[in-house]
Amino acid sequence: MDFNFSEEQQLLADTVRRFVRESYAFETRREILKSTQGWSRDTWNELAGLGLTALNVPEAHGGLNAGPVDTMLVMNVFGEGLLVEPFLGAAVFTPALLTRLSDEKAAADLFPVIASGERIVIVAHQEPQTRGAIDHLATRAEKSGDGYVLDGLKSVIAHGGAADELLITARTSSQTRDADGMSVFRVDPTSAGVTVNSYRTFDGQSAADIELKAVKVPAGNLIGVAGQAFAAIEGAYEVTISALCAEAVGIMKAVNAATLDYTKSRKQFGQPIAKFQVLQHRMADMFLQSEQALSMSYLAAIKCTDPDASERKRALSAAKVIIGQAGRFVGQQAIQLHGGMGMTDELMVSHHFKRLTAIDLTFGDADFHLERFAATPAA
Amino acid sequence: MDLTFTADELAFRDEVRTFLRERLPQDIATRVKNGLPVRAEDYTRWQQILHKQGWAAPSWPKQFGGTGWGPVQLHIYDEEASAAGAPRTIPFGLKMVAPVIMAFGNPAQQQRFLPRILSGEDWWCQGYSEPGAGSDLASLKTRAERQGDHYIVNGQKTWNTLGQHANWIFCLVRSDPNAPKQQQGISFLLIDMKTPGITVRPIITMDGAHEVNEVWFENVKVPVENRIGEENKGWTYAKFLLGHERTNIAGVGASKRELGRLKDIAAKEHKNGKPLSEDPLFAARIAQVEVDLMALEITNLRALSAEAEKRAPGPEASVLKIKGTEIQQTLTELMMYAVGPYALPFHRESSEEGDLKSVAGPGYAAPLAATYCNARKVTIYGGSNEIQRNIISQMILGL
Repeated sequence: MDFNFSEEQQLLADTVRRFVRESYAFETRREILKSTQGWSRDTWNELAGLGLTALNVPEAHGGLNAGPVDTMLVMNVFGEGLLVEPFLGAAVFTPALLTRLSDEKAAADLFPVIASGERIVIVAHQEPQTRGAIDHLATRAEKSGDGYVLDGLKSVIAHGGAADELLITARTSSQTRDADGMSVFRVDPTSAGVTVNSYRTFDGQSAADIELKAVKVPAGNLIGVAGQAFAAIEGAYEVTISALCAEAVGIMKAVNAATLDYTKSRKQFGQPIAKFQVLQHRMADMFLQSEQALSMSYLAAIKCTDPDASERKRALSAAKVIIGQAGRFVGQQAIQLHGGMGMTDELMVSHHFKRLTAIDLTFGDADFHLERFAATPAA
Repeated sequence: MDLTFTADELAFRDEVRTFLRERLPQDIATRVKNGLPVRAEDYTRWQQILHKQGWAAPSWPKQFGGTGWGPVQLHIYDEEASAAGAPRTIPFGLKMVAPVIMAFGNPAQQQRFLPRILSGEDWWCQGYSEPGAGSDLASLKTRAERQGDHYIVNGQKTWNTLGQHANWIFCLVRSDPNAPKQQQGISFLLIDMKTPGITVRPIITMDGAHEVNEVWFENVKVPVENRIGEENKGWTYAKFLLGHERTNIAGVGASKRELGRLKDIAAKEHKNGKPLSEDPLFAARIAQVEVDLMALEITNLRALSAEAEKRAPGPEASVLKIKGTEIQQTLTELMMYAVGPYALPFHRESSEEGDLKSVAGPGYAAPLAATYCNARKVTIYGGSNEIQRNIISQMILGL
């Protein structure tokens, strides 16, 4: 039982924090958001320079193989700074999936360019009816000649438009709600039949709906064994949810600090509003909820690689519930306590609030995970 | 960061399990596991068994006869003892007055009182709250006038828990009514309950239980040697005591046991022809309290390990108090709602006798409403949850 971080981990967190504070100020981010693509390649290259794109890539392929606790520390800081670059998708989700698919050729092709930050590879699994239920997969891949033909619609894929290459999940057998029959294909987003509809999400991030109409891919683009990808997809989702929880925890910490500062300086009725007990108790509750969220983020980071699938599922769903609920409470109360100022685009707190809100809506909200937790018996 | 137990810790857990399996009296465990009242003689019997094992005081240092266990061992012990149905520790001697005697008592007081707390020979109770001094404890009025080598104590204490079984009471008394600040005129006295002039009057709570009392002091003569530390410095010791009250304040082990009982009950009850545990709304309520408890368990472990490394000043315990008591209340509420109308029949006497039968309906339903009513106290005592929020905002948020 040990809640301390290693020296290397602390160093990593310090490095990323320095980068965010020095090179990713609120104004810098605002300029990035104004750009057409809504995120910055320059920033991405800087992250690569710090080794962060290699964080979750196996050592055998030039990565650092750092693991979920290191990722958690990095995501805490990215939450604080509200990073809009595709780190979660390209540097967490994709490496986690590729590792679990155990396909030597795809690994040798993709990991080096992922680690170097050269190429952005994005997993597209979610569909309009997924809503957290990752065993839902309607996109189909039909065998045709010596390849496959893909048809389907992937929805709200974070940074789908930024992808130099897509990893599309598709069903090679079985029915929409079956875990069996799922496969993963490498797809060039410029291929005939692929339509990428990119847009911004309300939290400033970018996402895309990706339509696949009779998209032809060679058989060699299949990663891993046909029809057997579900466990890998589920495992990769769990690692990514852990990282997402850590991002939320970083945001809550920043939001609580901002609210405290604001209520200490804002005066009404001749005194700082922080002197009012009703606000003090609200902030005490915000602190309490963020502490519970932090605890669950630790649990998520530790358990997301547990070999026992139901143990993993329970821990990750429990974490997503607590973090979704805490994020909603902390975010809403932060806006409330900032009063009219909290409503403005000018203050970081409204941006933090929006990202917290978006995180709960991502990969299954608190209600979804509460139901999933209830349906998963303890091992 | 690592949340797993070491081989030594797992061996310790096995040792605790074996001890509980062999030594915990089953009649006591049955009461605890079914939410039936635990009698004074049950507490004493269990304390004596623990004493024989050398485990009477898990949280004390070795030099005073404690186990000297570290935070992880304390956590494991709490978890295992709670799951097995061991009764809670009556905190007033072991967890409240003892740490004060160790830190501020003189060697004579330590030798006189501590061994008798360990053995269960002395049953301590608390003389803190008064009718006019609850959350604002420093406004207490019970007067102690110095006369030679004695104090003469006059006044009234209230919300005294289980004092009807106690032979000693520790009291906060006003020894200097003219001190410039309320906090400065208070002394900390140890008083023999058999001293003439002490009257204990029961307060019956809404669950029909006699758990709390009023204690009246009428010209009670207390030797000066029974004062802890210096005269008029009692507030310092009182605050120290309140800090130690937090040991295991989260009650994670007991809440896990109660969660198990809730799930058992929900599996036996039916709604729409299906077990209540499969009802989507009720299953979600159970799941919610379970995830809250999972988070509390980690928060508690974080606090324990910070305490072991002397990193935390202690106000984080307020988070544990608030969340822990909210979860305790939710569990009693859900159990009561799980049995529906059969929560209504009430026959306290059969519960007191440890009888699992009910006047009507399933036996497990009989104590649930009383437990629900009784559990309203947990967010009020030990510093109400509103006071805990004051502590968080002052000590942690710096407001």
